[in-house]
Amino acid sequence: MSLPALRIRGVTKRFGPLVANEAVDLDLARGEILALLGENGAGKTTLMNILFGHYVADEGTIEVADEAGALRPLPAGSPGAALAAGIGMVHQHFALAESLSVIENVVLGTRPLLAPGLGLRAARRRLDTLMRDSGLRVDPNRRVGALGVGEKQRVEILKVLHRGARILVLDEPTAVLAPQEAEQLFGILRRLRGQGLSVIFISHKLGEVAALADRVAVLRAGRKVADQPVAGADKTALAALMVGREVVPSRRVPQAPGPALLVLDRVSVPGERGRPGLVEASLTIHGGEILGIAGVSGNGQAELAGLLAGMKTSSVGTVRLAGQAIPPGPAGAVASGIGRIPEDRHRDGAVGSLGVAENLALETLSSPDVQRWGFLRFGRMRETASRAISAYDIRCPGPEAPVRLLSGGNMQKVILARAFESHPRLVLADQPTRGLDVGAAGEVHRRLLEARNRGAGILLISEDLDELLAISDRIAVMAGGRLSEPQAVENVTLAELGLKMAASGTGQDRAAA
Amino acid sequence: MIRFEPRTGISPARSMGLRLLAVAAALALAAIPLGVAGAPILPAYAAMLQGAAGSVFALTETLARATPLIFTGLSAAIAFRARLYNIGAEGQLYLGALAAVAVGSGAVAGPPALLVPLVLLAAAAAGAALMLGPTFLKGRFGVDEVVTTLLLNFVVLLFIQMMLEGPFKDPMGGGWPQSEPILPEAALPPLVERMRLHAGLPIGIVLCLLAHVLISRTVLGLRIRAVGENPAASAYAGIPVLRTLLTVGAVSGALAGLAGASEVAGLKGNLTADLSRGFGYAGIVVAMIAGLQPLAVVPAALLVAGVFVGADTMSRSHGVSSYIADLIVALALLCVLVAGLFVRFKVRWERA
Amino acid sequence: MSAILDILASASFWAAALRIATPLMFGVLGALICERSGVLNLGIEGIFTAGAMAGWLAVHLGADLWTGVLAAALTGAVFGLLLALLTVPLGLSQHVAGIGVTLLATSLAYFTYRVVLPTASTPPRIEPFGPVRLPVLSDLPFLGPALFSQTPLTFLALTLFGLVAFVLYRTPLGLAIRAAGENPAAVEAQGLDVHLVRIGAVVTGSAVMALGGAFLTMSAFNAFFFEMTGGRGWICIALTVFASWRPGKALLGAILFGAFDAFQLRLQHEVAGAVPSQVFLMLPYLLSIAALCLVARRADYPKALMIPYVKGQR
Repeated sequence: MSLPALRIRGVTKRFGPLVANEAVDLDLARGEILALLGENGAGKTTLMNILFGHYVADEGTIEVADEAGALRPLPAGSPGAALAAGIGMVHQHFALAESLSVIENVVLGTRPLLAPGLGLRAARRRLDTLMRDSGLRVDPNRRVGALGVGEKQRVEILKVLHRGARILVLDEPTAVLAPQEAEQLFGILRRLRGQGLSVIFISHKLGEVAALADRVAVLRAGRKVADQPVAGADKTALAALMVGREVVPSRRVPQAPGPALLVLDRVSVPGERGRPGLVEASLTIHGGEILGIAGVSGNGQAELAGLLAGMKTSSVGTVRLAGQAIPPGPAGAVASGIGRIPEDRHRDGAVGSLGVAENLALETLSSPDVQRWGFLRFGRMRETASRAISAYDIRCPGPEAPVRLLSGGNMQKVILARAFESHPRLVLADQPTRGLDVGAAGEVHRRLLEARNRGAGILLISEDLDELLAISDRIAVMAGGRLSEPQAVENVTLAELGLKMAASGTGQDRAAA
Repeated sequence: MIRFEPRTGISPARSMGLRLLAVAAALALAAIPLGVAGAPILPAYAAMLQGAAGSVFALTETLARATPLIFTGLSAAIAFRARLYNIGAEGQLYLGALAAVAVGSGAVAGPPALLVPLVLLAAAAAGAALMLGPTFLKGRFGVDEVVTTLLLNFVVLLFIQMMLEGPFKDPMGGGWPQSEPILPEAALPPLVERMRLHAGLPIGIVLCLLAHVLISRTVLGLRIRAVGENPAASAYAGIPVLRTLLTVGAVSGALAGLAGASEVAGLKGNLTADLSRGFGYAGIVVAMIAGLQPLAVVPAALLVAGVFVGADTMSRSHGVSSYIADLIVALALLCVLVAGLFVRFKVRWERA
Repeated sequence: MSAILDILASASFWAAALRIATPLMFGVLGALICERSGVLNLGIEGIFTAGAMAGWLAVHLGADLWTGVLAAALTGAVFGLLLALLTVPLGLSQHVAGIGVTLLATSLAYFTYRVVLPTASTPPRIEPFGPVRLPVLSDLPFLGPALFSQTPLTFLALTLFGLVAFVLYRTPLGLAIRAAGENPAAVEAQGLDVHLVRIGAVVTGSAVMALGGAFLTMSAFNAFFFEMTGGRGWICIALTVFASWRPGKALLGAILFGAFDAFQLRLQHEVAGAVPSQVFLMLPYLLSIAALCLVARRADYPKALMIPYVKGQR
């Protein structure tokens, strides 16, 4: 066997009654790419947070190879110690200070705090070498806030390399990338592997695991259930291991679309902070169809979603829902029959301290089911909530339970219930399955398809191409604020989508420059 | 390392108990400066208790002192529920008092049934108007309302001084900067003859009941709670956030304005520039002790008033500065804030 | 009109402007240090009062002036530590905790004053800092009396501005403070302790604020009065926003504000009787509110300002 870089033995971590990791063993060799596969909530991130010192394990040991290759125990609970031992981590949410420059982000924390200077010149020289060796290119003087997502990720990896890391941990790195960008990243990782770097690659996508990794370990419900070389691994078997049962994806039965429902005619919505916004988008959604919008975040999706949710107004162009203009504001959108599932359910979806019943009522506060003469009708609200709780299988202590205590999946079900309560004509689903496990995501898909089958038009904005290909009738691509001509899903290939996403996928970078 | 685990639910009694414990902690902490000042601690506190609740007279004094605090406490409690940090109750109180004097000192004549409501209405309107500006600036432009309301307190106090030396000056006041007295028909009637207790107290208590119903049982109350907890999600759900904030600001300002009317029309009889002894700021402490619950504002105001009244007695009998009361109240605010952690979370000491 | 020009052209006017600006310089600089790390310090008004009290008391009890300055700074640091502990590891509301610290520091200062002087109605005076004479500079025509006839604390404030600007922009410590106010996760990911960085910034910033209070009793008024800070702390919070959290602009803002205040004082003299003095006294507060509104739309807040950081949670 090759030289070991990392040895994890018997790591267990409990949060109250919840066991996040149970007796996990993991080995990583020098110059190896290990894929850590598992569903949301399987314990991948917890394990990596223990490795990086954010959490302390209840049991178990971690040893890391030093420069000479000898394994040494890693002090627990200290990100500083993990960094010193040569472990670098790139989180899903980037840990970058946006108002600072690339080089400032790179040198942060690398010198004693009371040192008299920042040592920028030396750092810049070192960064140049690293960029040449790794192929990661980015302008060190740019403000991080002005960079595109792909570039930010490059900065994160450069930060890790700059600190001389020997082990690189990447948490779902491709979630935010277009397929071509992901391909580029894989090339860079292979090159770094050749230079002796060990990589742990966290993912729940089997395809990219097969394309990149040398070995794959599968976590399920906190336990390691498989650990094997990728060569010869059976994808279906891995998927079943990951989920714990056969996965039956939601199936779309083709149906003839109804009449045109929502028509956008050359609509522009100004973007924030120098983003392109929505540029002259034209689009028709019919009743009884799901129109998928593919693309990397920040290419105008937020503006499109905001427009339909009533949170943003167009500067140019016309929007018609069944031939009528939509009254302004979110209340106008709700009143004209648009069901809305926001991208960020914690920020825009739920009010954490309010109960399930109150959250369900928030969009319809003037309805006689909620109030009479300005007083809340708790009885009716509770009935509505009880019905939703059983219909949507919302796991909660009761209609009064504050939603902040609910899991992500159950909170999303509350929002689904609210959006579908009034049988909307049009549904805006903005990243509806982000962060949900396979079971909860399947439930969301089932509900969207159900609404489509009964004749509602659905706009599905997603970064997950598999999701789009599975349930959309037609797919359009957003890039640089522009919307491509939608195509029937039967005629769309992954490669083609990727090409369109990348074609102006860096539009955001250009606009910000 | 400290870990906070969210609690699923805590009984109101336990939550109130924790807050009372915090007040007790504040009293214990205040023993340190008391001791440094050379006062015998237990006898001093005994004198305080005696002065606050040791006799019928003491009790009525405490109730009279609690009256403005009920108004300002309720003002803060409602505003803070919507995360609208109105620290301007002091200014709103003064402007309310000025409006009360403007209406009640002879400008309008009529029977008490007309004049008293008019005086109260004027004060409420003045307080509300003063709070609308900062609320609008916060809701529309994101200007921190704490800073604007605090700065306005200084502006209003100067304005009051200017009025008391100018148009509002009592010609019979012997040159003192004080307003003309409130007409007897416009005054809040005393509850007990020859005591300082007046109709402001029951009005305040009724308002607390109404506020409780408003917050917990009405659509507007739900809007207020939603906007306070998560303005983004509230806006997304179609709640008019700015309008809700403006309503809350107006209600909060009106309540603080009523505190001013209650003081001039119920207790003092005229307006001077030292009408309030920090009632506006003490209202924040009252609201925090009450856990922002309108019904709990009354007992919390009594508690804080007791500290102020009792401290005067302590000051006389043991020669300690009555600033000890302000000190206790400030400590109580910080202790209650910390106690809030234990209400919302199970706090555990453990390895990360 | 010519009266206005006369005022602006007099050296004594600019000297007064700098003098009035000095406590604001300390205050705005202290607030800036705290806020750059992500903590709003509304304890400022109380810390001013406590600093004024501590400096005065030390000198009144026989210490020399610089010991008084040190006493003020230490007092500020102690209240800063209290605020930092409440808002950083405990993550409590920075608004309420700040008001609480202001009430506590103010009442403690008043209480202490009464312990030392139970009955005095006229506060005892101390011998304050006198103007320093700088070789050559103080003798320059116009500029000498206008800019170089100040007490040492004014020069200390100006020096601190340079020092803080250097630390913020040219040292790893400053980088860590700026990053902590922007995205604390970035700080922790690089192995630094966000809580320590923030606590340190709040303690330091509070010590600097307290010097503003010390200036009042030890350079400007030579005695301690109740309510002598008169909302200067809140004005500093407004100035910090106005200055977009930049030391250079903050210094400029404080001096502009001082100039405005000095100007209205003189104008008040000119038109004595015609307009009530209170109108002029209101102007600084109204100006602060106006300044806040002016920049509100494009204010570039430190992104993590007022957001507590919980370790390991992202």
